[in-house]
Amino acid sequence: MPAVTETREAVEKLGQSSYKWGFETEIDMDLAPKGLNEDTIRLISARKEEPEWLLEWRLSAYRAWLTMAEPKWAKVSYPPIDYQDLHYYAAPKKKPGPKSLEEVDPELLRTYEKLGIPLHEQALLAGVELPEGEVARTPVAVDAVFDSVSVVTTFRKTLEEAGVIFCPISEAVKDHPELVRKYLGTVVPAGDNFYAALNSAVFTDGSFVYVPKGVRCPMELSTYFRINARNTGQFERTLIVVEDGAYVSYLEGCTAPMRDENQLHAAVVELVAMEDASIKYSTVQNWYPGDENGRGGIYNFVTKRGACRGARSKISWTQVETGSAITWKYPSCILQGEGSVGEFYSVAVTNNHQQADTGTKMIHIGRNTRSTIIAKTISAGQSDSTYRGLVRVLPKASGARNFTQCDSLLIGDQCGAHTVPYIENRNMAARIEHEATTSKISEDQLFYCRQRGLSEEDAVGLIVNGFCRDVLKELPMEFAVEAQKLLQISLEGSVG
Amino acid sequence: MTQFLEISGLCARIDADGQEKEILRGVDLTIPPGEVHAIMGPNGCGKSTLSYVLAGREEYEVTAGSVQFHGQDLLAMEPEERAAAGLFLAFQSPIELPGVNNANFLRTAVNAVRRARGQEELDAVAFLKAAREAAKSLSMAPDMLKRNVNVGFSGGEKKRNEVLQMTLLQPSFAILDETDSGLDVDALRIVAEGVNRMRSPEFSALVITHHKRLLDYLKPDRIHVMAKGRIIHSGGPELAEQIDTEGYTRFLAEAA
Ligand SMILES: Nc1ncnc2c1ncn2[C@@H]1O[C@H](COP(=O)(O)OP(=O)(O)OP(=O)(O)O)[C@@H](O)[C@H]1O
Ligand SMILES: [Mg+2]
Repeated sequence: MPAVTETREAVEKLGQSSYKWGFETEIDMDLAPKGLNEDTIRLISARKEEPEWLLEWRLSAYRAWLTMAEPKWAKVSYPPIDYQDLHYYAAPKKKPGPKSLEEVDPELLRTYEKLGIPLHEQALLAGVELPEGEVARTPVAVDAVFDSVSVVTTFRKTLEEAGVIFCPISEAVKDHPELVRKYLGTVVPAGDNFYAALNSAVFTDGSFVYVPKGVRCPMELSTYFRINARNTGQFERTLIVVEDGAYVSYLEGCTAPMRDENQLHAAVVELVAMEDASIKYSTVQNWYPGDENGRGGIYNFVTKRGACRGARSKISWTQVETGSAITWKYPSCILQGEGSVGEFYSVAVTNNHQQADTGTKMIHIGRNTRSTIIAKTISAGQSDSTYRGLVRVLPKASGARNFTQCDSLLIGDQCGAHTVPYIENRNMAARIEHEATTSKISEDQLFYCRQRGLSEEDAVGLIVNGFCRDVLKELPMEFAVEAQKLLQISLEGSVG
Repeated sequence: MTQFLEISGLCARIDADGQEKEILRGVDLTIPPGEVHAIMGPNGCGKSTLSYVLAGREEYEVTAGSVQFHGQDLLAMEPEERAAAGLFLAFQSPIELPGVNNANFLRTAVNAVRRARGQEELDAVAFLKAAREAAKSLSMAPDMLKRNVNVGFSGGEKKRNEVLQMTLLQPSFAILDETDSGLDVDALRIVAEGVNRMRSPEFSALVITHHKRLLDYLKPDRIHVMAKGRIIHSGGPELAEQIDTEGYTRFLAEAA
């Protein structure tokens, strides 16, 4: 298998890196040949034993993609991507489920260890079938996406009892085809944009969540995303549907192995909230940002969108973005239902040569719809960060309200921060407020903190966490702690 | 015996818009353990600069002289190492830290210093108890701990917050740079009592002030007159009275 030698090379290249989670797992891979054409798509669909309608959907997305051009309006720059030079399918070789941790591929366990995943969770992640009653030790259900195929899904039982479906989307295609078919591509259509079309054509896995009427999902749903094979574009597809009066909180956290070449990542996330339903979607993104000189790093071109279809429904996006060489990401809300609510809380950190162009879109369609946008941008080193946000109020959205707060914090004098708010208001009865600030961490502040005994890095961490507090407090507890550490780690070496 | 704090021939300058500006021109000053000394002197003579140089502010370039602190070369240490070694500076203009919770800041600082001093860290409960007590003894409203560091604090509240930090950080040597200015009469007494509570054979202080009133409360062991970047006269507590009535003209004339 060429992948084995390839990964071995990659591991050897790791060297000593400042990127704490930069490592690559050596594990048997099943790789599709490089390149993208209809045959690649047929191969993916066949490997996943998909129904005909899905193959057709993929192919139509692919044909749409062929006619599209990469978007150029974002304030990011990178060398052209050769889409024919990527692998579009990689799957760990299938083995029957292990009975104990001893039977699990030790490389996989080592990966988890480096990620700091506790042992009992490692067992769950690795798919070890524990005896009855030993499962419910942590209130977080984890669906690990190990490269493209979800290695395992846990807590299925507890969730099943509540009527909640939480599984890899490929499995949902088999077990709940009517649900997937009904909602897939209804929020982000196959031909929505260049990357979304690409994703629709070649997505390999991701999560599917369905919460039935009136059910409050009994635990937070969490996915560890990893990109693990060299040159494998990662195209996750996530679909979350929450029925009337139901609630779910979904956590997505990522770390990625170190690699030398830039790597494309183009995920699509679709959320659907029906009447009185509420979805809380939290992301901590820490993909490899490239080295101090801007070499390597993940290209993160993501389309995330939620539809508040029902009256009084609510979708809340919270993101802490510290990783990736390039981020292109605008989690959005389509506020259709009367009185529906959209929220976007974001911290975007760029250091060294990272570039981020991120923000949100709030589309007010229904009456009395409300949206809140709190975006905190932190730039250090020679990085460049842009907040790009759209608030659109359509003619029928009487009583619509938006509040936007964009704050930028600069560390050093070689970085850039930009705020680009677009406001399109077609209803005079709507109220839109926008506030923006830019500040710097001053020498005075650093000296004051150091005089009190803090190291420079702790001082920066404290000030940055203070700056981000309004966003961090929206994260679930354990995620908030992780995010605080991440903020500090990603700004290491940014001062002095 | 090595003195507690020994400053000799200290010269420092700053690069102000491309021009080298000499500020400290040979400061000699020794403070034995357990003593409180005061520095008085006209505006712009270099008092705050001296405090910054002692605390390790990098903008000031030390061109000559030395500072021994607890037998260590103070000037070779990073600001946070100086803090850990027991040096505290109450700023003439305390700095605002937007978004940073005052209690959280204090606890992080206290534990950083305790760690460096080989002491056990305080847990949240123990810390809050100590912080609340200290705040109360300084007649600070309890909500000051919950607010952001110095943000929106009145002038007097900022000064009290400096003394609160000093109380919790337990320095062996504190520099108070005009901590009395901007305080009302009651606050002045409260702050002075706060400093007096710290007094012990292991604690020294250097108090920079323009007003005799603070010194009446603190009863300093020595008073130094600073002018043009030098200590030009030293004497007992009676100097405060003299400066209060006569001003600096005579000292300046004598020094010239
Ligand atoms: N960063 C700086 N840039 C330019 N000049 C400076 C700087 N810091 C201090 N100085 C100058 O050095 C001199 C001494 O300043 P310093 O603040 O030490 O005076 P001070 O004795 O504390 O005065 P005051 O009683 O008014 O507080 C002043 O002339 C001041 O303008
Ligand atoms: Mg001064």
